Amino acid sequence: MRAALTVLRKDLTLELRTFETVPAMALFSLTTFVIFHFGLDRSTVSGQLAAGVLTVTLLFAALLGAGRLFVAEREQGGFDAFLLAPVDRNAMLIAKAAALFIFLAVLELVAVPAFALLLLGPPLWPRLLGLIAVLALADLGIAVIGTLTSAIAIHTRARDLIGPIVGLPLLIPALIATARAAGPLLQAHSSGSPPGKWLAVLALYDCVFGLVAYAVFDFLLQE
Amino acid sequence: MIPFALSPALAPGKAAPYVIAAYIVFLAIVLIYVAIMARRLTRTERDLSELGREVDQRAVEAEHREEEPVG
Amino acid sequence: MTSYGKGLRALTLSTVATVTVALALVFFYAPLDADQGFVQKIFYLHVPLAIVSLCGFVLGGLLAIGHLRTGDRKWDLRSYVAIHMALIFGIGGLITGSIWAKASWGHWWVWNEPTLVSFLIVLLLFATYQPLRFSIEDPERQARYASVFAIVAGAFVPLNFIAVRLAQQFVHPRILTLGGGNLPGSMRLTFIVSLIGIALLYATLWKYEMAAKSARMQARRLRRSLLGGDAVRPLGRSAAPS
Repeated sequence: MRAALTVLRKDLTLELRTFETVPAMALFSLTTFVIFHFGLDRSTVSGQLAAGVLTVTLLFAALLGAGRLFVAEREQGGFDAFLLAPVDRNAMLIAKAAALFIFLAVLELVAVPAFALLLLGPPLWPRLLGLIAVLALADLGIAVIGTLTSAIAIHTRARDLIGPIVGLPLLIPALIATARAAGPLLQAHSSGSPPGKWLAVLALYDCVFGLVAYAVFDFLLQE
Repeated sequence: MIPFALSPALAPGKAAPYVIAAYIVFLAIVLIYVAIMARRLTRTERDLSELGREVDQRAVEAEHREEEPVG
Repeated sequence: MTSYGKGLRALTLSTVATVTVALALVFFYAPLDADQGFVQKIFYLHVPLAIVSLCGFVLGGLLAIGHLRTGDRKWDLRSYVAIHMALIFGIGGLITGSIWAKASWGHWWVWNEPTLVSFLIVLLLFATYQPLRFSIEDPERQARYASVFAIVAGAFVPLNFIAVRLAQQFVHPRILTLGGGNLPGSMRLTFIVSLIGIALLYATLWKYEMAAKSARMQARRLRRSLLGGDAVRPLGRSAAPS
């Protein structure tokens, strides 16, 4: 557990010093909102359409961030150093997934208000708690799958391609659940609480893939 | 079966092309696979016969070498 | 090395028998459906293909677990062939599903049929299996990573089905698939025989492919030991286990 915290602290420090990943993700999201405005030819979106726009934007930003997760380890021998240390190998999975989760949370701190400002029709404030609940569960799933696919992709030849094409289909159930949970939330007159059914699906998704990732991650690190 | 009122029930005459097309697709997939396998198997067979010839050739050479010191 | 050819003939014969009986049942025994008419006959082809394909993907994941636990690459080969076959059957299922949609609904694709949609997603995922293998050069790592993928993807199949099913519920009526409990007896019999026939076909083709691959690998090994390493043409970057 301490090893996981160490790796996590290393990654967060690295990000704070270089600002490589999160600002790029945020910028990407903002640009995507602009594109959606022109692509959909609408000044405001609400309900299911808004949920779709937000989910897709966050997804692609997340894929960008996930692609960067293991690059430093790969290029500077971090894997070898980690393998030599007498620690549980799953510590890297936990650390990297936690890092990606934190990146996504910070991203949403910027992207969701921007979305409310640029595109969202109904006011954000009354729905904020419900939206946070949905996004928290979604980010957990995206973090796990993003870490897993990034770890698979980092040792392949076409790593920037393999990561997304493997990760996207795997994430579809989570995205369906996220979009469907946020849809009723972002409607003009909503109760402010997301549908429980979809939160349950997200929770199930997070549990299943969390366990699967924990079981197989070790095999990805072997030399 | 949930009946769906707007779904047209094609009479056997008009529907037959679609059903036949579906079964043809299935058959085609299986037959294409068989063809690919046939190509692979002939290649393996060729390989093995070449190896067989090599083994025979070496057996013949071994015989010749045994005969020479005597002769 | 396990001999995959053993029992292949018996398996093939039972496949031929079952498929023939199934076809006869479909066209001469099963009654015409009241709503969809003759078009419904595609159901006996499309649904078994889809079910066997999905089971094949899950089987690939289970075989991959065998590989990671034992470290024996034989399991990886079995997993690869299982997934490969499931992909072929899946494409067949998708095409026949599309033809069915066109015939009974007028469009080549319908979104309100959850089985078809979740199937498309599963195929999109497993279509990345070979590119993934192809892009890893070290054979041992390739086998290991492919097994990890197969396990994750195998766990994905049921989850995906649940999510897509839930997304369609109460919103659109399900048009194409017949509810399991609503099938009259004669249709159910035909369906079960068709399902068994397709499943046997899958097993036969799997064994067939394994036998061919195993024979090829042994031929290469013989070649290498008889003619030396230079005589063996390198497989090159290959998506298949070597």
